[in-house]
Amino acid sequence: MAEGIQIQVNGEQRGCQADATVGDLLRELAIKTERVAVELNLEILDRKEFDQRLLKQGDRVEILSFIGGGS
Amino acid sequence: MADDRLVIGGYEFKSRLFVGTGKYKDFAETKKAIEASGADVVTVAVRRVNITDRSKENLLDYLDPKKYTILPNTAGCYNVEDALRYARLARAAGVSDLIKLEVLGDERTLFPDTAGLIEAAKILVKEGFIVLPYTNDDPIVAQKLVDVGCPAVMPLAAPIGSGLGIRNPYNLKIIMEMIKVPIVVDAGVGTASDAAFAMELGADAVLMNTAIAGAKDPIAMAEAMKYGVLAGRLAYKAGRIPRKLYATASSPIEGML
Repeated sequence: MAEGIQIQVNGEQRGCQADATVGDLLRELAIKTERVAVELNLEILDRKEFDQRLLKQGDRVEILSFIGGGS
Repeated sequence: MADDRLVIGGYEFKSRLFVGTGKYKDFAETKKAIEASGADVVTVAVRRVNITDRSKENLLDYLDPKKYTILPNTAGCYNVEDALRYARLARAAGVSDLIKLEVLGDERTLFPDTAGLIEAAKILVKEGFIVLPYTNDDPIVAQKLVDVGCPAVMPLAAPIGSGLGIRNPYNLKIIMEMIKVPIVVDAGVGTASDAAFAMELGADAVLMNTAIAGAKDPIAMAEAMKYGVLAGRLAYKAGRIPRKLYATASSPIEGML
């Protein structure tokens, strides 16, 4: 992926193509979209939006999923 | 006890033991322990996906959401805003509208911030969540949680992970008598007799994690907990005898020499 812009994903800086969508990023990271939640600049995205939302310079993306936990 | 089902927020459960999925050696052990426990409800936490090491397996590859009711929690949240954020993320991740709501007040005790808990519960109920709140053994707070729309209340037996067992059976008993929704005793049990005791008091279910995951043999303890909960439930329904200070012979005097 060409490094057009810089974004932050789960707290880490990374380069990303300028016209990439959230869906592109998830595919790049090999993350299955089922059972993950994505927050773009503190806004929780609907799964249907992943392929529509374009990433821009300085965006902060959080990708979360379920792990073991009790309380 | 075939018809002894527990219903919470439209969900129906056969087992009255809810289990967490933290602290296990690996996912294979998690899966075996949960199978041995017979639980239907399984709690999970919401955390960042590891994006640098994608070889890591996913917990839900081991726990089929079709087989288990996945109950995400807001563990680790110390204020209302964080709890709301995690609850919304959990729902966005798409397993259910259920949330085990935790708003913690203190790192050392992990006791709930009950004022924050009621506030967060009220907001999440309005957003359509089925809110199961982790709360203190305070009957007044329990009633307030019901008043804002929680379909069950989950008072602690003792601090999370402490294994101290039922520290305040009288408060829990008052909660069980006063509160008209299911009561799930959440956190603090150490062994099977603690689970049985909670059920004998009249709890509708017991939720635990460390008591199983931290045992020397988690899978055997999971099975012990299953029987502890079943035995306690049966004893509660059977109705125990009253406590008396002096003996009452159970063999007749009549016919003695």
